[in-house]
Amino acid sequence: MRNSFFSKKLVAVIFLIAGFVSAQNHEGEEVETGAHDLKTEIKEYIDHHLLDSHDFNLFSYTTDEGEHKYVGFPLPVILWDNGLKVFLSSEFEHGEAVAEVDGNYYKLYHNKIYKTDAQGTINYGGHQGEETHEEEAFGEHLVVDDTHPTNEKPLDLSITKNVVFIAAVALLMFLMFRSMAKRYQKSTMPTGLGRFLEPLVLFVRDEIAIPNIGEHKYKRYMSYLLTVFFFVWIINLLGLTPLGVNVTNNIAVTFALAMITYLITTFTGNKNYWKHIFWMPGVPVPMKIILAPIELLGTFIKPFSLMIRLYANITAGHVVLMSIIGLMFIFKNWIGSPLSFLLAFALSLLELLVAALQAYIFTMLSALYFGMAVEEDHH
Amino acid sequence: MEKLLEEFSLGLFVWQLLLFVGLLLLLRKYAWKPILGAVEKREEGIKEALEAAEAAKKEMQNVTADSEKLLKEARAERDALLKEAREIKEGIISEAKEQAQAEGDKIIKQAQATIESEKKAAVADIKAQVANLSIEIAEKVIKEELSDKGKQQKLVESMLSDIKLN
Repeated sequence: MRNSFFSKKLVAVIFLIAGFVSAQNHEGEEVETGAHDLKTEIKEYIDHHLLDSHDFNLFSYTTDEGEHKYVGFPLPVILWDNGLKVFLSSEFEHGEAVAEVDGNYYKLYHNKIYKTDAQGTINYGGHQGEETHEEEAFGEHLVVDDTHPTNEKPLDLSITKNVVFIAAVALLMFLMFRSMAKRYQKSTMPTGLGRFLEPLVLFVRDEIAIPNIGEHKYKRYMSYLLTVFFFVWIINLLGLTPLGVNVTNNIAVTFALAMITYLITTFTGNKNYWKHIFWMPGVPVPMKIILAPIELLGTFIKPFSLMIRLYANITAGHVVLMSIIGLMFIFKNWIGSPLSFLLAFALSLLELLVAALQAYIFTMLSALYFGMAVEEDHH
Repeated sequence: MEKLLEEFSLGLFVWQLLLFVGLLLLLRKYAWKPILGAVEKREEGIKEALEAAEAAKKEMQNVTADSEKLLKEARAERDALLKEAREIKEGIISEAKEQAQAEGDKIIKQAQATIESEKKAAVADIKAQVANLSIEIAEKVIKEELSDKGKQQKLVESMLSDIKLN
């Protein structure tokens, strides 16, 4: 009863705000330009927020003279371009300067490193010589940035902001669970941090691993399931902090995680698992032939869905949250801004849930796939 | 999709893979194994303790049941013993009574026999004495006869009447 009451209230608030938003949009069309620049700026800011970065920027601002000031610290750039090139990202000066290393020139352009000449010229593919083109979309006149530089891209193994964050989370997890493990040497009852973490560890074991994999075979998968659960959860949670380093909204990160799940599934799969893929028992021979490629494709689709699900959920959450925060600056009136603040607050709470939920789903589905891989023949 | 591919950063992928696998291996050795081991050990301990408690409870119940059974048996035995004792007692009493009766009868019979024989002896004795007396009387009479005939007569008569009286 209580819950449904609150959810009704929430829906009412959302409709209310949606009403204001549309009202504001009409006004905006009448007034024009000023708000439009702000919208573009917010959009760019959100895009920027979602991307990885070669610097560890805490925040940036623009001085009255129009000069960009960045507060943060540079990170090492590691390139493989006919030999290892290591230098600090401060040499790029946030994409405004060309970095020279061993006679090679590199430029940071849209968060990617390109090899350039000494002047830092970027060559473009599609629209030669133009960085942008204009187009009409959604009834609005937009300036679209669709340039594709054709410059050579060196292999970039830089320690980016996300890599720093992954390492920090890894270190944090190691310290946390190491200290938890050490306490068990003194007594069999959990103490300190273990009191909070043990139920979670047991949750992964009793609610995720054992029901999906089975009583006898779950043990060998526990390390991976626990690590991935806590890694995704903690990194999602920390992504919601004001520091706001999103890691799981990088497809490369979720791809790496999904790939590990795929590899474990493939290498621990038993005879029965492969039989179900290549020669499905209990169906006629023509069907077996048709099913084999489908089943084989399925083994790739499963981890692929894991990758996309985590990536998309976290990205979407951040985009929506930041858009609503951005609305505060677009409204600039006494009713719209507090409402979007409230909505942003509610959404932040929801994102806290999503952070845990996605970690749970990723772990749960991984366990399910492992369970399929080691399932015994029941026929 | 194109955007996703463009966004894909090989460097980040490599670092994520390296760091994650490293973390996985480290945690497996230094955290998960000890933690899960300790938890399992504890659960095992709890399970064993519970089983032991259950077993003790069962044993306790068995003991209670046993003692109750024993008590019942003892009670039954006691009752049986009492019953037997009563029977024996009654048997003894009745036997004793019979014996006493028999003994009594025997004694009475003996007494009667003794009396009878005593009586016979007494009668015999009396007869012998009467004979002796008669002989003495006869002697005295004969002696009297010698002195006074009338008196002798009288004496014989009185003596005879005496005898009659006896």
